[in-house]
Amino acid sequence: MSNLTVDTKIEIPLETFPIHKDADPDRPREWMQPHRIVLILIGLALVASAIFFLRWDWLPNYGGLILQGLWRTIWILCVTVFLGFLLAVPLGLAQAAGPAILAVPARWFCTIIRGTPLLLQLWLLYYGLGSLFPQYPWIRGSELWPYLRQAWPYAVLALTLSYAGYEGEVMRGAFAGVPKGQLEAARAFGMRRFTILRRIWLPQAIHRALPTLAGEAVLQLKSTPLVATITVVDLYSVASRIRQDTFITYEPLLLLAAGYLIITGIIVFLFRRLERLVPSRLG
Amino acid sequence: MADVSIIPETLSQMLTLLSPSPPGWGGNLLRGLVHSLQIALGAFGMGLIIGTLGAYGKLYGSPLVRDLAGIYTTIVRAVPELVLILLLYYAGTDLINRILEMAGYQRIDISGLVAGIVVLGFVQGAYATEVLRGAIKAIPYGEIEAARAYGMSPILMMRRITLPSMLPYALPGLANLWLIATKDTALLAVVGFSELTLETRQAAGTTKAYFLFFMAAGVLYLLTTLFSNLIVGRIEKWARRGMPSVREAG
Repeated sequence: MSNLTVDTKIEIPLETFPIHKDADPDRPREWMQPHRIVLILIGLALVASAIFFLRWDWLPNYGGLILQGLWRTIWILCVTVFLGFLLAVPLGLAQAAGPAILAVPARWFCTIIRGTPLLLQLWLLYYGLGSLFPQYPWIRGSELWPYLRQAWPYAVLALTLSYAGYEGEVMRGAFAGVPKGQLEAARAFGMRRFTILRRIWLPQAIHRALPTLAGEAVLQLKSTPLVATITVVDLYSVASRIRQDTFITYEPLLLLAAGYLIITGIIVFLFRRLERLVPSRLG
Repeated sequence: MADVSIIPETLSQMLTLLSPSPPGWGGNLLRGLVHSLQIALGAFGMGLIIGTLGAYGKLYGSPLVRDLAGIYTTIVRAVPELVLILLLYYAGTDLINRILEMAGYQRIDISGLVAGIVVLGFVQGAYATEVLRGAIKAIPYGEIEAARAYGMSPILMMRRITLPSMLPYALPGLANLWLIATKDTALLAVVGFSELTLETRQAAGTTKAYFLFFMAAGVLYLLTTLFSNLIVGRIEKWARRGMPSVREAG
Protein backbone atom coordinates (compact mmCIF):
# COMPACT_ATOMS: atom_id res chain seq x y z
CA MET A 1 0.00 0.00 0.00
CA SER A 2 2.73 2.42 0.98
CA ASN A 3 4.54 1.37 -2.15
CA LEU A 4 1.62 2.51 -4.27
CA THR A 5 1.41 5.99 -2.74
CA VAL A 6 5.10 6.52 -3.36
CA ASP A 7 4.58 5.53 -6.97
CA THR A 8 1.77 7.98 -7.54
CA LYS A 9 3.70 10.77 -5.86
CA ILE A 10 6.51 10.33 -8.32
CA GLU A 11 4.29 9.95 -11.32
CA ILE A 12 1.98 12.91 -10.89
CA PRO A 13 4.50 15.65 -11.68
CA LEU A 14 5.76 13.73 -14.71
CA GLU A 15 2.31 13.16 -16.15
CA THR A 16 1.11 16.72 -15.73
CA PHE A 17 4.33 18.22 -16.99
CA PRO A 18 2.94 20.68 -19.53
CA ILE A 19 4.78 20.17 -22.79
CA HIS A 20 2.16 22.04 -24.78
CA LYS A 21 -0.58 23.81 -22.99
CA ASP A 22 -3.22 23.03 -25.57
CA ALA A 23 -2.35 19.34 -25.57
CA ASP A 24 -2.67 18.97 -21.84
CA PRO A 25 -5.87 17.03 -21.17
CA ASP A 26 -5.92 17.74 -17.43
CA ARG A 27 -6.11 21.49 -17.86
CA PRO A 28 -9.63 22.69 -17.11
CA ARG A 29 -11.28 24.05 -20.23
CA GLU A 30 -13.39 26.97 -19.21
CA TRP A 31 -15.02 29.17 -21.76
CA MET A 32 -15.68 32.17 -19.59
CA GLN A 33 -12.25 33.01 -18.31
CA PRO A 34 -11.87 36.62 -17.14
CA HIS A 35 -9.64 37.67 -20.04
CA ARG A 36 -12.13 36.21 -22.51
CA ILE A 37 -14.91 38.35 -21.05
CA VAL A 38 -12.69 41.41 -21.47
CA LEU A 39 -11.90 40.39 -25.07
CA ILE A 40 -15.58 39.91 -25.86
CA LEU A 41 -16.38 43.31 -24.36
CA ILE A 42 -13.63 44.94 -26.42
CA GLY A 43 -14.99 43.20 -29.52
CA LEU A 44 -18.53 44.38 -28.80
CA ALA A 45 -17.24 47.91 -28.20
CA LEU A 46 -15.43 47.82 -31.56
CA VAL A 47 -18.57 46.64 -33.35
CA ALA A 48 -20.68 49.28 -31.58
CA SER A 49 -18.24 52.08 -32.41
CA ALA A 50 -18.15 50.86 -36.02
CA ILE A 51 -21.95 51.07 -36.11
CA PHE A 52 -22.14 54.52 -34.51
CA PHE A 53 -19.09 56.31 -35.85
CA LEU A 54 -18.86 54.98 -39.40
CA ARG A 55 -21.30 55.83 -42.17
CA TRP A 56 -23.96 53.25 -42.88
CA ASP A 57 -26.64 55.49 -44.43
CA TRP A 58 -25.99 53.97 -47.87
CA LEU A 59 -27.06 50.55 -46.66
CA PRO A 60 -30.84 50.80 -47.40
CA ASN A 61 -30.21 52.01 -50.96
CA TYR A 62 -28.08 49.01 -51.80
CA GLY A 63 -29.91 46.32 -49.81
CA GLY A 64 -31.37 44.58 -52.86
CA LEU A 65 -28.09 44.69 -54.75
CA ILE A 66 -26.20 43.24 -51.78
CA LEU A 67 -28.66 40.35 -51.48
CA GLN A 68 -28.35 39.73 -55.22
CA GLY A 69 -24.55 39.67 -54.94
CA LEU A 70 -24.72 37.36 -51.94
CA TRP A 71 -26.96 34.99 -53.86
CA ARG A 72 -24.63 35.05 -56.89
CA THR A 73 -21.61 34.28 -54.68
CA ILE A 74 -23.32 31.36 -52.97
CA TRP A 75 -24.69 30.06 -56.28
CA ILE A 76 -21.25 30.10 -57.91
CA LEU A 77 -19.72 28.47 -54.83
CA CYS A 78 -22.25 25.61 -54.72
CA VAL A 79 -22.27 24.94 -58.47
CA THR A 80 -18.48 24.95 -58.84
CA VAL A 81 -17.90 22.80 -55.73
CA PHE A 82 -20.44 20.26 -56.98
CA LEU A 83 -19.21 20.14 -60.58
CA GLY A 84 -15.58 20.28 -59.47
CA PHE A 85 -16.09 17.33 -57.17
CA LEU A 86 -17.75 15.30 -59.95
CA LEU A 87 -14.67 16.00 -62.06
CA ALA A 88 -12.27 15.29 -59.19
CA VAL A 89 -13.47 11.71 -58.64
CA PRO A 90 -12.33 10.40 -62.05
CA LEU A 91 -9.16 12.53 -61.79
CA GLY A 92 -8.30 10.97 -58.43
CA LEU A 93 -9.24 7.49 -59.53
CA ALA A 94 -7.13 7.76 -62.69
CA GLN A 95 -4.10 8.82 -60.67
CA ALA A 96 -4.58 6.26 -57.92
CA ALA A 97 -5.40 3.17 -59.95
CA GLY A 98 -5.72 4.04 -63.63
CA PRO A 99 -3.48 2.94 -66.49
CA ALA A 100 -0.61 5.27 -67.39
CA ILE A 101 -2.48 6.63 -70.40
CA LEU A 102 -5.09 8.10 -68.02
CA ALA A 103 -2.89 8.70 -64.98
CA VAL A 104 -0.27 10.85 -66.71
CA PRO A 105 -2.71 13.38 -68.24
CA ALA A 106 -4.62 13.53 -64.94
CA ARG A 107 -1.42 14.28 -63.04
CA TRP A 108 -0.43 16.93 -65.56
CA PHE A 109 -3.85 18.54 -65.31
CA CYS A 110 -3.56 18.75 -61.53
CA THR A 111 0.00 20.09 -61.72
CA ILE A 112 -0.90 22.79 -64.22
CA ILE A 113 -4.00 23.90 -62.31
CA ARG A 114 -2.15 23.92 -59.00
CA GLY A 115 0.93 25.57 -60.45
CA THR A 116 -0.66 28.70 -61.92
CA PRO A 117 -2.67 31.45 -60.20
CA LEU A 118 -6.44 31.23 -60.49
CA LEU A 119 -6.60 34.86 -61.58
CA LEU A 120 -4.45 34.02 -64.57
CA GLN A 121 -6.58 30.97 -65.45
CA LEU A 122 -9.68 33.11 -65.22
CA TRP A 123 -8.28 35.81 -67.47
CA LEU A 124 -6.90 33.21 -69.90
CA LEU A 125 -10.36 31.70 -70.31
CA TYR A 126 -12.30 34.97 -70.38
CA TYR A 127 -10.01 37.23 -72.38
CA GLY A 128 -8.06 34.52 -74.22
CA LEU A 129 -10.82 32.13 -75.27
CA GLY A 130 -13.31 34.98 -75.33
CA SER A 131 -11.21 36.78 -77.93
CA LEU A 132 -10.69 33.62 -80.01
CA PHE A 133 -14.33 32.51 -80.15
CA PRO A 134 -15.83 35.36 -82.21
CA GLN A 135 -13.41 34.57 -85.05
CA TYR A 136 -15.17 31.27 -85.71
CA PRO A 137 -18.46 31.84 -87.59
CA TRP A 138 -19.89 28.44 -86.60
CA ILE A 139 -19.49 29.29 -82.89
CA ARG A 140 -21.23 32.61 -83.37
CA GLY A 141 -24.08 30.81 -85.11
CA SER A 142 -24.44 28.07 -82.50
CA GLU A 143 -27.04 27.74 -79.77
CA LEU A 144 -24.42 28.33 -77.08
CA TRP A 145 -23.32 31.73 -78.37
CA PRO A 146 -25.69 33.81 -76.16
CA TYR A 147 -24.09 32.12 -73.15
CA LEU A 148 -20.54 32.38 -74.43
CA ARG A 149 -20.93 36.14 -74.70
CA GLN A 150 -21.65 36.44 -71.00
CA ALA A 151 -19.03 36.33 -68.27
CA TRP A 152 -20.46 33.80 -65.84
CA PRO A 153 -19.88 30.62 -67.90
CA TYR A 154 -16.17 31.45 -67.93
CA ALA A 155 -16.23 32.11 -64.19
CA VAL A 156 -17.97 28.79 -63.50
CA LEU A 157 -15.63 26.92 -65.85
CA ALA A 158 -12.46 28.40 -64.33
CA LEU A 159 -13.55 27.85 -60.73
CA THR A 160 -14.74 24.31 -61.51
CA LEU A 161 -11.46 23.36 -63.15
CA SER A 162 -9.51 24.89 -60.30
CA TYR A 163 -11.51 23.04 -57.66
CA ALA A 164 -11.19 19.80 -59.64
CA GLY A 165 -7.43 20.25 -59.87
CA TYR A 166 -6.94 20.72 -56.15
CA GLU A 167 -9.55 18.14 -55.18
CA GLY A 168 -8.27 15.57 -57.69
CA GLU A 169 -5.01 15.50 -55.76
CA VAL A 170 -6.91 15.04 -52.49
CA MET A 171 -9.07 12.27 -53.93
CA ARG A 172 -5.96 10.49 -55.23
CA GLY A 173 -4.69 10.26 -51.69
CA ALA A 174 -8.12 9.26 -50.39
CA PHE A 175 -8.55 6.48 -52.97
CA ALA A 176 -5.04 5.20 -52.29
CA GLY A 177 -5.67 5.31 -48.55
CA VAL A 178 -8.61 2.91 -48.50
CA PRO A 179 -7.32 -0.36 -47.00
CA LYS A 180 -6.59 -3.04 -49.58
CA GLY A 181 -8.48 -5.65 -47.53
CA GLN A 182 -11.76 -3.83 -48.11
CA LEU A 183 -11.36 -4.04 -51.88
CA GLU A 184 -10.18 -7.66 -51.73
CA ALA A 185 -13.19 -8.58 -49.61
CA ALA A 186 -15.50 -6.89 -52.10
CA ARG A 187 -13.88 -8.79 -54.96
CA ALA A 188 -14.19 -12.03 -52.98
CA PHE A 189 -17.94 -11.36 -52.76
CA GLY A 190 -17.98 -11.34 -56.53
CA MET A 191 -18.82 -7.66 -56.94
CA ARG A 192 -18.23 -6.14 -60.33
CA ARG A 193 -15.64 -3.41 -60.52
CA PHE A 194 -18.21 -0.65 -60.84
CA THR A 195 -20.16 -2.01 -57.88
CA ILE A 196 -16.96 -2.08 -55.82
CA LEU A 197 -16.37 1.55 -56.69
CA ARG A 198 -19.94 2.59 -55.91
CA ARG A 199 -20.45 0.61 -52.70
CA ILE A 200 -17.00 0.31 -51.11
CA TRP A 201 -14.24 2.38 -52.61
CA LEU A 202 -15.90 5.75 -53.26
CA PRO A 203 -17.84 6.05 -49.96
CA GLN A 204 -14.75 5.30 -47.89
CA ALA A 205 -12.57 7.62 -49.96
CA ILE A 206 -15.10 10.45 -49.58
CA HIS A 207 -15.22 9.85 -45.87
CA ARG A 208 -11.46 10.09 -45.67
CA ALA A 209 -11.41 13.26 -47.73
CA LEU A 210 -14.27 14.97 -45.90
CA PRO A 211 -12.20 17.16 -43.54
CA THR A 212 -10.03 18.28 -46.47
CA LEU A 213 -13.15 18.87 -48.56
CA ALA A 214 -14.40 21.33 -45.94
CA GLY A 215 -11.10 23.22 -46.08
CA GLU A 216 -11.16 23.24 -49.87
CA ALA A 217 -14.74 24.54 -49.88
CA VAL A 218 -13.64 27.47 -47.71
CA LEU A 219 -10.71 28.10 -50.07
CA GLN A 220 -13.15 28.01 -52.97
CA LEU A 221 -15.34 30.60 -51.25
CA LYS A 222 -12.27 32.77 -50.87
CA SER A 223 -11.58 32.43 -54.59
CA THR A 224 -15.03 33.59 -55.68
CA PRO A 225 -14.31 37.36 -55.43
CA LEU A 226 -11.86 36.92 -58.32
CA VAL A 227 -14.82 36.56 -60.69
CA ALA A 228 -15.54 40.24 -60.07
CA THR A 229 -12.50 41.02 -62.24
CA ILE A 230 -14.33 39.59 -65.26
CA THR A 231 -17.51 41.58 -64.59
CA VAL A 232 -19.56 38.93 -62.80
CA VAL A 233 -21.67 40.73 -60.18
CA ASP A 234 -20.95 38.87 -56.94
CA LEU A 235 -20.81 40.13 -53.35
CA TYR A 236 -17.34 41.57 -53.83
CA SER A 237 -18.20 43.47 -56.97
CA VAL A 238 -21.29 44.93 -55.27
CA ALA A 239 -19.01 46.26 -52.53
CA SER A 240 -16.63 47.75 -55.11
CA ARG A 241 -19.56 49.42 -56.83
CA ILE A 242 -20.76 50.93 -53.56
CA ARG A 243 -17.26 52.26 -52.96
CA GLN A 244 -17.16 53.85 -56.40
CA ASP A 245 -20.65 55.33 -56.10
CA THR A 246 -20.39 56.77 -52.60
CA PHE A 247 -16.63 57.36 -52.21
CA ILE A 248 -16.77 55.50 -48.89
CA THR A 249 -13.58 53.46 -48.52
CA TYR A 250 -13.76 51.20 -45.50
CA GLU A 251 -17.37 50.50 -44.57
CA PRO A 252 -18.26 48.33 -47.60
CA LEU A 253 -15.01 46.40 -47.19
CA LEU A 254 -15.70 45.77 -43.50
CA LEU A 255 -19.21 44.58 -44.33
CA LEU A 256 -17.73 42.37 -47.03
CA ALA A 257 -15.22 40.81 -44.63
CA ALA A 258 -17.99 40.17 -42.10
CA GLY A 259 -20.13 38.57 -44.82
CA TYR A 260 -17.38 36.17 -45.87
CA LEU A 261 -16.65 35.34 -42.21
CA ILE A 262 -20.30 34.35 -41.73
CA ILE A 263 -20.41 32.23 -44.90
CA THR A 264 -17.18 30.49 -43.82
CA GLY A 265 -18.75 29.76 -40.44
CA ILE A 266 -21.80 28.23 -42.13
CA ILE A 267 -19.64 26.04 -44.40
CA VAL A 268 -17.58 24.77 -41.47
CA PHE A 269 -20.75 24.09 -39.46
CA LEU A 270 -22.43 22.19 -42.34
CA PHE A 271 -19.39 20.01 -42.99
CA ARG A 272 -19.11 19.22 -39.29
CA ARG A 273 -22.72 18.05 -39.34
CA LEU A 274 -21.98 15.99 -42.45
CA GLU A 275 -18.93 14.40 -40.84
CA ARG A 276 -20.99 13.42 -37.82
CA LEU A 277 -23.57 11.71 -40.05
CA VAL A 278 -20.98 9.22 -41.30
CA PRO A 279 -19.96 6.49 -38.88
CA SER A 280 -16.30 7.06 -38.14
CA ARG A 281 -15.10 3.50 -37.41
CA LEU A 282 -13.78 1.95 -40.57
CA GLY A 283 -11.69 -1.18 -40.89
CA MET B 1 -8.46 32.55 -96.51
CA ALA B 2 -10.94 32.26 -93.66
CA ASP B 3 -8.62 29.77 -92.00
CA VAL B 4 -5.72 32.20 -92.03
CA SER B 5 -7.76 34.89 -90.31
CA ILE B 6 -8.68 32.42 -87.59
CA ILE B 7 -5.05 32.28 -86.40
CA PRO B 8 -3.57 35.70 -87.06
CA GLU B 9 -0.26 35.01 -85.33
CA THR B 10 2.00 32.76 -87.28
CA LEU B 11 4.92 31.33 -85.37
CA SER B 12 7.33 34.10 -86.31
CA GLN B 13 4.80 36.74 -85.30
CA MET B 14 4.40 35.05 -81.95
CA LEU B 15 8.13 35.01 -81.42
CA THR B 16 8.42 38.74 -82.22
CA LEU B 17 5.64 39.45 -79.72
CA LEU B 18 7.41 37.42 -77.04
CA SER B 19 10.95 38.63 -77.73
CA PRO B 20 12.59 40.38 -74.78
CA SER B 21 13.63 43.50 -76.73
CA PRO B 22 11.17 46.42 -77.22
CA PRO B 23 9.07 45.37 -80.23
CA GLY B 24 8.19 42.26 -78.20
CA TRP B 25 6.81 42.19 -74.67
CA GLY B 26 8.95 39.38 -73.24
CA GLY B 27 11.08 41.85 -71.28
CA ASN B 28 8.02 43.24 -69.50
CA LEU B 29 6.87 39.74 -68.62
CA LEU B 30 10.26 38.82 -67.21
CA ARG B 31 10.41 42.06 -65.21
CA GLY B 32 6.96 41.24 -63.85
CA LEU B 33 8.16 37.76 -62.90
CA VAL B 34 11.10 39.25 -61.00
CA HIS B 35 8.74 41.58 -59.13
CA SER B 36 6.44 38.67 -58.32
CA LEU B 37 9.31 36.60 -56.99
CA GLN B 38 10.61 39.52 -54.90
CA ILE B 39 7.23 39.97 -53.27
CA ALA B 40 6.76 36.23 -52.79
CA LEU B 41 10.18 35.91 -51.12
CA GLY B 42 9.59 38.89 -48.85
CA ALA B 43 6.08 37.81 -47.92
CA PHE B 44 7.21 34.24 -47.26
CA GLY B 45 10.03 35.47 -45.00
CA MET B 46 7.74 37.79 -43.11
CA GLY B 47 5.18 35.00 -42.85
CA LEU B 48 7.82 32.71 -41.35
CA ILE B 49 8.70 35.27 -38.67
CA ILE B 50 5.05 35.94 -37.80
CA GLY B 51 4.37 32.21 -37.96
CA THR B 52 7.15 31.32 -35.54
CA LEU B 53 6.01 33.96 -33.07
CA GLY B 54 2.39 32.91 -33.54
CA ALA B 55 3.12 29.21 -33.10
CA TYR B 56 5.10 29.83 -29.92
CA GLY B 57 2.38 32.17 -28.69
CA LYS B 58 -0.30 29.59 -29.38
CA LEU B 59 1.61 26.75 -27.72
CA TYR B 60 3.34 28.38 -24.79
CA GLY B 61 1.75 31.82 -24.41
CA SER B 62 -0.53 33.10 -21.69
CA PRO B 63 -4.27 32.57 -22.19
CA LEU B 64 -4.63 36.08 -23.56
CA VAL B 65 -1.84 35.63 -26.11
CA ARG B 66 -3.29 32.30 -27.19
CA ASP B 67 -6.73 33.77 -27.75
CA LEU B 68 -5.36 36.74 -29.67
CA ALA B 69 -3.33 34.42 -31.90
CA GLY B 70 -6.46 32.31 -32.40
CA ILE B 71 -8.50 35.35 -33.46
CA TYR B 72 -5.75 36.40 -35.89
CA THR B 73 -5.47 33.01 -37.60
CA THR B 74 -9.23 32.45 -37.73
CA ILE B 75 -10.10 35.80 -39.26
CA VAL B 76 -7.25 35.88 -41.75
CA ARG B 77 -7.97 32.35 -42.93
CA ALA B 78 -11.71 32.97 -43.31
CA VAL B 79 -11.70 36.25 -45.24
CA PRO B 80 -10.72 36.20 -48.93
CA GLU B 81 -7.16 37.37 -49.61
CA LEU B 82 -8.44 39.88 -52.13
CA VAL B 83 -10.59 41.62 -49.50
CA LEU B 84 -7.75 41.55 -46.96
CA ILE B 85 -5.35 42.99 -49.51
CA LEU B 86 -7.73 45.85 -50.30
CA LEU B 87 -8.43 46.51 -46.61
CA LEU B 88 -4.79 46.42 -45.53
CA TYR B 89 -3.52 48.20 -48.63
CA TYR B 90 -5.82 51.21 -48.28
CA ALA B 91 -6.34 51.20 -44.53
CA GLY B 92 -2.67 50.49 -43.80
CA THR B 93 -1.23 53.28 -45.93
CA ASP B 94 -3.95 55.66 -44.72
CA LEU B 95 -3.28 54.82 -41.09
CA ILE B 96 0.48 55.29 -41.40
CA ASN B 97 0.04 58.65 -43.10
CA ARG B 98 -2.43 59.84 -40.47
CA ILE B 99 -0.05 58.87 -37.67
CA LEU B 100 2.81 60.63 -39.48
CA GLU B 101 0.70 63.78 -39.93
CA MET B 102 -0.34 63.74 -36.31
CA ALA B 103 3.29 63.44 -35.27
CA GLY B 104 4.09 66.39 -37.53
CA TYR B 105 5.92 64.59 -40.32
CA GLN B 106 5.38 64.70 -44.08
CA ARG B 107 3.10 62.16 -45.73
CA ILE B 108 5.05 59.38 -47.32
CA ASP B 109 4.34 57.36 -50.42
CA ILE B 110 4.55 53.68 -49.55
CA SER B 111 5.92 51.76 -52.51
CA GLY B 112 3.83 49.00 -53.99
CA LEU B 113 6.61 46.53 -53.32
CA VAL B 114 6.72 47.17 -49.57
CA ALA B 115 2.93 47.31 -49.25
CA GLY B 116 2.58 44.06 -51.20
CA ILE B 117 5.15 42.29 -49.06
CA VAL B 118 3.59 43.47 -45.81
CA VAL B 119 0.02 42.62 -46.84
CA LEU B 120 0.83 39.16 -48.22
CA GLY B 121 3.21 38.50 -45.31
CA PHE B 122 0.39 39.24 -42.88
CA VAL B 123 -1.80 36.68 -44.66
CA GLN B 124 1.02 34.12 -44.92
CA GLY B 125 1.74 34.53 -41.21
CA ALA B 126 -1.64 33.09 -40.27
CA TYR B 127 -1.12 29.95 -42.34
CA ALA B 128 2.52 29.63 -41.23
CA THR B 129 1.37 29.81 -37.59
CA GLU B 130 -0.80 26.74 -38.08
CA VAL B 131 1.84 24.82 -40.05
CA LEU B 132 4.58 25.49 -37.48
CA ARG B 133 2.28 24.79 -34.53
CA GLY B 134 1.43 21.39 -35.99
CA ALA B 135 5.10 20.68 -36.67
CA ILE B 136 6.19 21.60 -33.15
CA LYS B 137 3.48 19.38 -31.73
CA ALA B 138 4.69 16.50 -33.89
CA ILE B 139 8.13 16.50 -32.23
CA PRO B 140 8.44 13.40 -30.05
CA TYR B 141 7.55 14.27 -26.47
CA GLY B 142 10.78 13.01 -25.00
CA GLU B 143 13.09 15.31 -26.95
CA ILE B 144 11.70 18.45 -25.35
CA GLU B 145 11.57 16.79 -21.94
CA ALA B 146 15.21 15.79 -22.32
CA ALA B 147 16.21 19.31 -23.30
CA ARG B 148 14.45 20.69 -20.23
CA ALA B 149 16.06 18.06 -18.06
CA TYR B 150 19.46 19.29 -19.27
CA GLY B 151 18.46 22.76 -18.09
CA MET B 152 18.47 24.43 -21.50
CA SER B 153 17.03 27.92 -21.61
CA PRO B 154 13.98 28.34 -23.86
CA ILE B 155 15.98 30.19 -26.52
CA LEU B 156 18.73 27.58 -26.58
CA MET B 157 16.13 24.81 -26.70
CA MET B 158 14.40 26.50 -29.62
CA ARG B 159 17.67 26.88 -31.53
CA ARG B 160 19.11 23.46 -30.83
CA ILE B 161 16.11 21.17 -30.43
CA THR B 162 12.73 22.51 -31.46
CA LEU B 163 13.49 24.26 -34.74
CA PRO B 164 15.81 21.60 -36.21
CA SER B 165 13.64 18.66 -35.23
CA MET B 166 10.38 20.22 -36.37
CA LEU B 167 11.82 21.03 -39.80
CA PRO B 168 10.98 17.71 -41.49
CA TYR B 169 7.38 17.94 -40.25
CA ALA B 170 7.01 21.58 -41.26
CA LEU B 171 8.62 21.37 -44.71
CA PRO B 172 5.67 20.00 -46.74
CA GLY B 173 3.38 22.66 -45.30
CA LEU B 174 5.94 25.42 -45.76
CA ALA B 175 6.59 24.34 -49.35
CA ASN B 176 2.87 24.60 -49.97
CA LEU B 177 2.88 28.06 -48.44
CA TRP B 178 5.72 29.15 -50.70
CA LEU B 179 3.74 28.03 -53.75
CA ILE B 180 0.67 29.86 -52.44
CA ALA B 181 2.85 32.96 -51.96
CA THR B 182 4.05 32.90 -55.56
CA LYS B 183 0.49 32.53 -56.81
CA ASP B 184 -1.04 35.08 -54.43
CA THR B 185 1.22 37.79 -55.86
CA ALA B 186 -1.15 37.69 -58.83
CA LEU B 187 -3.82 39.23 -56.58
CA LEU B 188 -1.75 42.41 -56.31
CA ALA B 189 -2.65 42.98 -59.97
CA VAL B 190 -6.06 44.06 -58.70
CA VAL B 191 -4.57 46.92 -56.64
CA GLY B 192 -2.45 47.94 -59.61
CA PHE B 193 1.01 46.63 -58.73
CA SER B 194 2.86 45.71 -61.92
CA GLU B 195 3.70 42.09 -61.25
CA LEU B 196 3.59 39.28 -63.79
CA THR B 197 -0.19 39.02 -64.20
CA LEU B 198 -0.79 42.75 -64.63
CA GLU B 199 2.17 43.11 -67.03
CA THR B 200 0.73 40.22 -68.99
CA ARG B 201 -2.68 41.83 -69.15
CA GLN B 202 -1.19 45.12 -70.33
CA ALA B 203 0.85 43.34 -72.99
CA ALA B 204 -2.19 41.34 -74.07
CA GLY B 205 -4.44 44.39 -74.11
CA THR B 206 -2.02 46.39 -76.26
CA THR B 207 -1.27 43.67 -78.79
CA LYS B 208 -4.69 41.96 -78.67
CA ALA B 209 -2.88 38.60 -78.45
CA TYR B 210 -4.66 37.65 -75.22
CA PHE B 211 -4.34 33.91 -75.53
CA LEU B 212 -0.64 33.94 -76.37
CA PHE B 213 0.40 36.18 -73.49
CA PHE B 214 -1.72 34.52 -70.82
CA MET B 215 -0.35 31.16 -71.94
CA ALA B 216 3.19 32.52 -71.73
CA ALA B 217 2.59 33.85 -68.22
CA GLY B 218 1.09 30.49 -67.25
CA VAL B 219 4.24 28.75 -68.45
CA LEU B 220 6.38 31.15 -66.38
CA TYR B 221 4.32 30.48 -63.24
CA LEU B 222 4.40 26.75 -63.91
CA LEU B 223 8.17 26.77 -64.37
CA THR B 224 8.49 28.62 -61.06
CA THR B 225 6.38 25.96 -59.36
CA LEU B 226 8.24 23.04 -60.92
CA PHE B 227 11.62 24.57 -60.11
CA SER B 228 10.51 25.20 -56.52
CA ASN B 229 9.36 21.59 -56.23
CA LEU B 230 12.81 20.45 -57.32
CA ILE B 231 14.53 22.60 -54.69
CA VAL B 232 12.04 21.61 -51.99
CA GLY B 233 12.65 17.95 -52.76
CA ARG B 234 16.37 18.47 -52.19
CA ILE B 235 15.83 20.36 -48.92
CA GLU B 236 13.39 17.75 -47.69
CA LYS B 237 15.85 14.97 -48.42
CA TRP B 238 18.46 16.86 -46.42
CA ALA B 239 16.12 17.62 -43.52
CA ARG B 240 14.90 14.05 -43.29
CA ARG B 241 18.38 12.54 -43.34
CA GLY B 242 18.66 9.71 -40.84
CA MET B 243 14.89 9.37 -40.54
CA PRO B 244 13.05 6.34 -41.92
CA SER B 245 11.45 7.05 -45.28
CA VAL B 246 7.74 7.76 -45.29
CA ARG B 247 6.93 4.57 -47.14
CA GLU B 248 8.75 2.30 -44.70
CA ALA B 249 7.25 4.05 -41.69
CA GLY B 250 3.72 3.91 -43.13
